[in-house]
Amino acid sequence: MPLLSIENLSVEYRTSAGRSVVISDFSLAIEQGESFGLVGESGCGKSTLLMAIMGYLGRNGAVTRGRILFEGRDLVGLSDAELRQVRGSRIAVVYQEPSAALNPSLTIGRQLMEVPLLRAGTTVADARAQVVRMLGDVHLPHPDSVMRRYPHQVSGGQKQRVVLAMALLANPALLLLDEPTTGLDVTVAATVLDLVNELRQKYRTALVYVSHNLGVIAQVCDQIGVMYAGEMVESAPAASLFASPRHPYTRGLIASLPALGADKHSAPLIPIPGSVPSPMAARRGCAFAPRCVDARAGQCDIGAIAIRPAAPDHLVRCVRFAELAPPVASDAFVADAQQDGEVVLEADQLSRVFKVGRLRLVANDALNFEARRGRVLAIVGESGSGKSTFARILAGLDAATSGSLRFRGADVATQPVRRRNAAQVAAIQMVFQNPDGTLNPSHRVGRPLARALRRFGVARGRRAIDARVRALLEMVRLHPAVQHSLPRQLSGGQKQRIAIARAFAGNPELLIADEPVSSLDVSVQAAVVNLLLGIQASHGTTMLFISHDLVLVRYLADEVVVMYLGRVMECGPVQALFSPPYHPYTEALLSAVPLLDPSAGRARIRLEGEIPSPLNPPPGCRFAGRCPRKVGAVCDTVPPPAREAGDGHLIFCHISLDELRRVPPVFGDAAAAVVGAPTTASSRTDTH
Amino acid sequence: MLKYLLRRVLELVLTLVLSSFVVFMLTEFSPGNVARKTLGPFALQEQVDVLYEKLHLNDPLLVRYVRWVGVLTGLEADPLQDPALDLDFHDPRGNRYFGNFGYSTLYKAPVNDVLWNRLGNTALLAGLAFAVIVPLSLVLGILAGMRAGSALDRLVSTASVVMTSVPEFALGVMLVAVFVVSLHWLPGTSTLDPSGGWPVAAQLVLPVATLAIYDAGYVARMVRSSMAEVMTRPYIRTAVLKGLPRRQVILRHAFRNAMIAPFTVMLLQINWLIGGVVVTELVFAYPGFGRMLLDAALFGDISLIEAATLIALLVATTTQLLSDIGYRFLDPQSRR
Repeated sequence: MPLLSIENLSVEYRTSAGRSVVISDFSLAIEQGESFGLVGESGCGKSTLLMAIMGYLGRNGAVTRGRILFEGRDLVGLSDAELRQVRGSRIAVVYQEPSAALNPSLTIGRQLMEVPLLRAGTTVADARAQVVRMLGDVHLPHPDSVMRRYPHQVSGGQKQRVVLAMALLANPALLLLDEPTTGLDVTVAATVLDLVNELRQKYRTALVYVSHNLGVIAQVCDQIGVMYAGEMVESAPAASLFASPRHPYTRGLIASLPALGADKHSAPLIPIPGSVPSPMAARRGCAFAPRCVDARAGQCDIGAIAIRPAAPDHLVRCVRFAELAPPVASDAFVADAQQDGEVVLEADQLSRVFKVGRLRLVANDALNFEARRGRVLAIVGESGSGKSTFARILAGLDAATSGSLRFRGADVATQPVRRRNAAQVAAIQMVFQNPDGTLNPSHRVGRPLARALRRFGVARGRRAIDARVRALLEMVRLHPAVQHSLPRQLSGGQKQRIAIARAFAGNPELLIADEPVSSLDVSVQAAVVNLLLGIQASHGTTMLFISHDLVLVRYLADEVVVMYLGRVMECGPVQALFSPPYHPYTEALLSAVPLLDPSAGRARIRLEGEIPSPLNPPPGCRFAGRCPRKVGAVCDTVPPPAREAGDGHLIFCHISLDELRRVPPVFGDAAAAVVGAPTTASSRTDTH
Repeated sequence: MLKYLLRRVLELVLTLVLSSFVVFMLTEFSPGNVARKTLGPFALQEQVDVLYEKLHLNDPLLVRYVRWVGVLTGLEADPLQDPALDLDFHDPRGNRYFGNFGYSTLYKAPVNDVLWNRLGNTALLAGLAFAVIVPLSLVLGILAGMRAGSALDRLVSTASVVMTSVPEFALGVMLVAVFVVSLHWLPGTSTLDPSGGWPVAAQLVLPVATLAIYDAGYVARMVRSSMAEVMTRPYIRTAVLKGLPRRQVILRHAFRNAMIAPFTVMLLQINWLIGGVVVTELVFAYPGFGRMLLDAALFGDISLIEAATLIALLVATTTQLLSDIGYRFLDPQSRR
């Protein structure tokens, strides 16, 4: 008997607008100790499924059909008291956004001790001992001090460890994880994933792991299910799912991710057109058909489609899966950037120091690099590395404390945006991470576009402006009528397109893109990246791309700057950065990238702890405190020399280049094999 | 924490000093001359002129303010008590002591004899009302906010809107009509004088009920919306899915967070109860502070207005301090 078996489950919500079917005919079986991954875009019902298992659907949600058998007992329709016997003792949950999941006004210790104290006969001393032991198991140093603190007094990664400890304290047979690493830095996410794997071995807990990130799922799960519009569309063991995806949706998800070895000149990202249908919408046949290039009228849209085996343990919900040919790679669409465009932007010893009482917070420290016309310069690093401070100085939202930042010859390092004229402002524009925060919710989205055009003097008079607004919307592939919509009527991807259109309204020479796609679903991410690259290439705009997604950076950047605690660790052409010699920090960042192919062997180094405080930094290498390849005391006391690896590739490290060259490549053969990308037919085995 | 407290108390004193100047300036600049107001409408012009001279009302405002502060702190003698003026103002405490607010021309008595008596009466009324309002609105607000959209929530929400929208005077009159006129259970006036046959306790019931009903609806709605908002937070879900019983989820996890926003609002009710319940005091002929302030203002009793305004300011700044301290206690994130 499986531990958890969900049979033909349907979940509905009643709203004022009518009933919406969020999950329909969903089945799943998980054995003791097994780990099951659920992927799909947001709005596919993944989180709802977890809450259905926990019996927490809210007042207007209900299971309308099917059973959820856990340890042989149907959880559907249990009373609150009966559910309490299961919740927190047999099944526990780890949540997305640990900051929200913890009570801000209770100490961590109190919140953790509640769990063991629920068991009859546990004394406070017992509970405390259990909590201390568990905090040790999730590798939180100084458990006593952690227990006395409030959630806001520990970092994001530590909070997620606390949430994980809270779940495991229940000693559950089944652990539900809802996007537990989303929003964490790559390095932190990687250690959390390691921890999940370690604890799973230790406690023999079965997992249901929900994520929109295929790479993360591949790290943790044996079995993977792909959800679309409330249905399971494909389910298979991890290896065979990534090696031979059968459902067009799964294929689409994989194709929309950049492959590790690929760049914009070799392989395109293939987005999935359209978006997840509303659960209110009536549907006939396949829910994915409207977005599927292989959909055939009369075949896909006539009736309910059953999930069928494509291989002994590989289930697919598609009528045409047997006749579909494997996807073929199309040609690269971005022409090679001009190699030696003029230098548009040049940072020279640029520093930004904040005074905090008597302490100095060094956010940017002697930055030296340049960006050339028409090229994409990526800045990577964990949060707190000073990427955004640099962007703010460039945009005129902050001022440097020393050094210069020359944009087309003029120093803008200390020139705030209010002292720049319209042409200067138009020349440097930004696209932000969260389009919701940058669009006024009560203005129609055409308004910021028109305003930018007027402000930058691009067009005068109502007709000219109107024509330009339409042209801008066309440029970002939106229907002109969209300009009359309010932001809340648009999807995340559409809002980000508006943000891009606004940034390009004044024909900028330099575009600062600060994590522009990290809040978007992968399928949409691909479309926005394509769009951004297309416009950037055709306008000859220089782009400063700030990101922590290294695979994406590998895909779209021409040059890369790796920053840590306000300092440049390594910079150079993108190909050079992704193979040895690496700076040890770059190596650590690359090691943390979740890869699609779980079998891809790679040398891994993990960073312990988190990025330290930038207050009063030590005189030597900033990275010395966490560096796994630290040479000795010299790292702490002497600033590292710049080592030239040729072709403008600079590594700031005490280790000699020869030694760094001997470091094995992080991705081994995997990089060459182009993990998870639909580039070669040989990696697909499903032609019949 | 001690440093914070010390800083806040200093700020409070500074606020009081500054506002005392504003109060002084505004009352002395109000229409009509101070000497005329002191002597009343039937005094002869010569008498007014003599007093004007005697009080040095020609001096610059700042000089007069310093002199007023001197009298208040007991450093200078009260000029109005000078027997040479023949005003017959006597203060048994003498003419030079700390806290000398001067002489009330309306009540023909030292301000200190009038003020504290009235303030005591109002404190009694306000204290009783507050003691009803807080628990009542907490219970109603939490029960309603706990399950937003439930039948109980709708009942409480509707009732509190109705309670708040009936004006105090209408509510007072209605209560009088029912409990005094029809049922004869309670007295219609609350003069706090037991010689009329009604004990003081009985006299307090209707004014307290009027204030409590009117105000509890408002506070309950604040508590309700804060509670309902907290109940949708992910950490409540965490607490529920931990397997905690509902009572613990509400009391341990929701209650404290739900109190953060309404706490300040509750303390603000104290200010209102002290200085702003004139209507209720009038309806029940209650000898309270608000009514005294109104009478003083209408009569032009400068010393009494100044004193009463300063007291009201002291109450307001103190509740503000209390609410800031309570806020720091409730919300650990504010203690940085």
